[in-house]
Amino acid sequence: MNLLAFNLPIVVLLPFIAAAAAAYSAKFNRLAAAWVSGIATIISLALLIPAAAAIFGGETIIQNWNWLHQAGLQFAFRLDGLAMLFSFLILIIGLLVIIYARWYLAAKDSMGRFFAYLMMFMGSMLGIVMSENLIQLVVFWELTSITSFLLISYWQHRKDAREGARMALAITGAGGLALLGGVILLGHIVGSYQLSDVLASGDLIRNHELYLPTLILILLAVFTKSAQFPFHFWLPHAMAAPTPVSAYLHSATMVKAGIFLLARFFPALSGTDAWMWLVGGAGMATLLIGAYTALFKHDLKGLLAYSTISHLGLITLLFGFSSQFATVAAIFHIINHATFKASLFMVAGIIDHETGSRDMRKLNGLLKYMPHTAALAIIASLAMAGVPLLNGFLSKEMFFAEAVSFSQGNSFAWIIPVLVTIAGVFSVAYSLRFVHDVFFNGEPIDLPRTPHEPPRFMKIPVDLLVIVCLAVGILPMYTVAPILDIAVTASLQSTPPEYSLALWHGVNLPLIMSAIALGVGALVYFRRKPLIANYERHEHINAKQYFQKILAAVIRFSEWLSARFDKGSLQNAAAWTLFATLVISAYGFISFNSPLLGDRTLLPMEPVSMIAAAVIIVASILTLAWHRQRLQSLIVIGVVGLITSLVFVKFSAPDLALTQLSVEVVTIVLLLLALYFLPQTTPKETGMSRLGRDALLAIASGIGVFLFTMMVLSRDFSSISEYFLANSVPGGGGTNVVNVILVDFRGFDTLGEIIVLALAGLGIYAMLQGLHINPHSRFRINADAHPVILQTFSRLMLPLMLLVAVFIFLRGHNLPGGGFIAGLIASVALIVVYLSNGIEWTQSRLRVDMHMVIGFGLLIATTTGLAAMLVGYPFLTSAFSHIHWPVVGDFELASAIAFDLGVFLVVVGSSVISLVQLGQLSHKPENPEGV
Amino acid sequence: MLEISLQIALLLVSIALIMSFYRLYVGPSAPDRILALDTLYVNTIGLLVIAGILLDSALFFEAALLIAVMGFVGTVALSKYLLRGDIME
Repeated sequence: MNLLAFNLPIVVLLPFIAAAAAAYSAKFNRLAAAWVSGIATIISLALLIPAAAAIFGGETIIQNWNWLHQAGLQFAFRLDGLAMLFSFLILIIGLLVIIYARWYLAAKDSMGRFFAYLMMFMGSMLGIVMSENLIQLVVFWELTSITSFLLISYWQHRKDAREGARMALAITGAGGLALLGGVILLGHIVGSYQLSDVLASGDLIRNHELYLPTLILILLAVFTKSAQFPFHFWLPHAMAAPTPVSAYLHSATMVKAGIFLLARFFPALSGTDAWMWLVGGAGMATLLIGAYTALFKHDLKGLLAYSTISHLGLITLLFGFSSQFATVAAIFHIINHATFKASLFMVAGIIDHETGSRDMRKLNGLLKYMPHTAALAIIASLAMAGVPLLNGFLSKEMFFAEAVSFSQGNSFAWIIPVLVTIAGVFSVAYSLRFVHDVFFNGEPIDLPRTPHEPPRFMKIPVDLLVIVCLAVGILPMYTVAPILDIAVTASLQSTPPEYSLALWHGVNLPLIMSAIALGVGALVYFRRKPLIANYERHEHINAKQYFQKILAAVIRFSEWLSARFDKGSLQNAAAWTLFATLVISAYGFISFNSPLLGDRTLLPMEPVSMIAAAVIIVASILTLAWHRQRLQSLIVIGVVGLITSLVFVKFSAPDLALTQLSVEVVTIVLLLLALYFLPQTTPKETGMSRLGRDALLAIASGIGVFLFTMMVLSRDFSSISEYFLANSVPGGGGTNVVNVILVDFRGFDTLGEIIVLALAGLGIYAMLQGLHINPHSRFRINADAHPVILQTFSRLMLPLMLLVAVFIFLRGHNLPGGGFIAGLIASVALIVVYLSNGIEWTQSRLRVDMHMVIGFGLLIATTTGLAAMLVGYPFLTSAFSHIHWPVVGDFELASAIAFDLGVFLVVVGSSVISLVQLGQLSHKPENPEGV
Repeated sequence: MLEISLQIALLLVSIALIMSFYRLYVGPSAPDRILALDTLYVNTIGLLVIAGILLDSALFFEAALLIAVMGFVGTVALSKYLLRGDIME
């Protein structure tokens, strides 16, 4: 088989499998988790590499499987240059982070949990960048929100970690919702959720009337994820995460997901004024705010956080310029930022790890304690500052050039180069602070630990990243050029413009801007003391406070709102539900003007049916009138049930009639069991006005349902049942359509239902276990608990009832009956024994554990379904043949009968287990437990 | 002839149905009502059997059979409730 036909989903899903494996392996050896994660990452990389040749050849690999294609959902993956670049970033930096984290985490931190979260996050990121289907992309997008929440809150004992994680989840989760909306609009405009179709219809999208809402929704997702102003404030709080997490999330992955969307949708959405203003505006604001604030942070990671925000703003601004050259610069800067920022975060982690502090007011002069680390940090910081011969310089130069060329279009736009130069100044200043304040500038001030170099392997990831910074900075044409080229091609969906990665372009405006930034930046840094003092004298907007205030207000509002509707009473909830249904249906009645009733002739009236109808009507009214007398209303409900089953018989629904009859009996037993613990009469609670309102609602709903039924019944209406009637024998081998539907056509539904039934039975058992309730009322206790006549009679009836059950079960496939009804009959048979002989007597003779019955029932039903898969048919396909038995005659044997047996067992087990458990409630707990 | 007698029987059983239901309505005691419900079940069996003969359909007998084997359980449970309160001891 050709690996290129299916490798992409494996690359994406492997990290998820590795997450489970890592969590499990950590039980045996904490380092095993790191090994599992690392190896899985390498395998993912190895699986991706065979595709590289095709991608560098300019191809796009799409691997597509139908999922719910009616809803536009495909299981589809796409690998092009852009996806390739991001996948490599995610996997390679991921691998380095794994190595780093293995040395970073303390002995008391759970390795298994950390690596499980990290791998899940990695898989989600890969899913985003490789999704061809947009809905699938949203799913992975949400997964990154959730997994990053888990990663940020990894140190769960810390309040700041929990709050930071919650903030990140709230903001990015809201963005995820917006993305879903945007994607659905895109799908609506284009008519397809496949990325290839969307990217090809840029003009259609931009000229559509829904373009603006689509753009705004997608940009909301981008801005929240990529921490763009005004949503940037979650990012600094996410620094409560362990440093490897920050290094991963805030360099190559999480925050780049938003940027990735910009690059991905560039051909489809960009080029309009709205795009330029929104993307460019947000980018510019973020760039400036981030760069400015970073200088004043004393915390190493705080500085890096704001610097990340500022660089994300820079990239966003480049996309906002909407030109092809700007896209080249943006993607180039994505690569560069990922390398130098990941290494800087790792350095910050090393410093924190080896000194016990991240405060730059204490950290001074570390050069002589950790020279190697210092060298790495200096190179990476200079790359961040945009110093020549390092990668940051190249992309920053391109950025300045773009700002200049953009400013020539408009007479006010001269402000843009000025603003970006100011951002450059601050960027140089905070980079210098990272270097000078930490590694020079005197001696350290009472650090918790004596600084020293970290373990060798903690530095290796940083070494590699810094080498990349240098290599790209010095020899761009031989390192980054090929992958940059294909990534840009994929992002633009066209041939990229001619651009030059040369170091020297001659003396031009961008170079002068760089020089100004470097010079003034250095000046600002060395004059920082008064600036910082001035900054700290002023109050600053505390976004966290506002966030928490808004959050509290939202919670208060929703509590208020739900308190308006949900008063914790069933009557109230029912009233609202009925009211809403009424309003909606009334709207339906009014807004269509087809005749109310169809033209089918009505059936003739005959006396027996009229009598039955009269009885059921009077009985229903009596249940209402007698509802305070509980036993009495229970008896009259029995009449309603009985007549209902007669109606089923009359209108040729024998299966329903049989089911209704069995359920009727079980219901009476169940209610009587419960009634023992309840008052015999219902107190009067409702006033006249409530009564009037409820009566109005009830009568209106009744009339509505009546009208609906009449409307349907008086028309010739062909339903799906025609299909089942025609296919029951050829497709399922049975003439009883109801049963064939249950066990064959809709077998999967039935399987789900019996699982629910089994859970309900076990749940009732579990919740009532060991519970003891005293009966509510005093009863006139007759001395004879188990009258002899009843006992004898019930023993006589048991085999007969079971015989009926077996009969109904066996012929269920062709004539009315089947596992469900037979199960009910069998459980009624057993319940009679319990009623007449008592629980203890019965249990000492019926030595069957009902838990096992339920379990075997589920097992048999599932195995039947799987057996069909084994021989190559879809789950639960039924096979059947007719055999001739000596005495019985021609007998049709379908594999569905095994499935039906499963249904039978689950029904018996669940009903008996729950009824008997209820019956035991009044017994003293010392009675033997279990059924 | 059979047809006519069956029709008459059907009508009579239906009237019995109404009368049982009347007893259920009037009561006056709980055992009266339970017995009335039980009689209703018995009436229904008759109704179904007659209808089954009339319409020549075996399916009606099935329903009748089921009422015959299970209908009494409700009566047993209700009576036990009146006697002991606790129906499953």
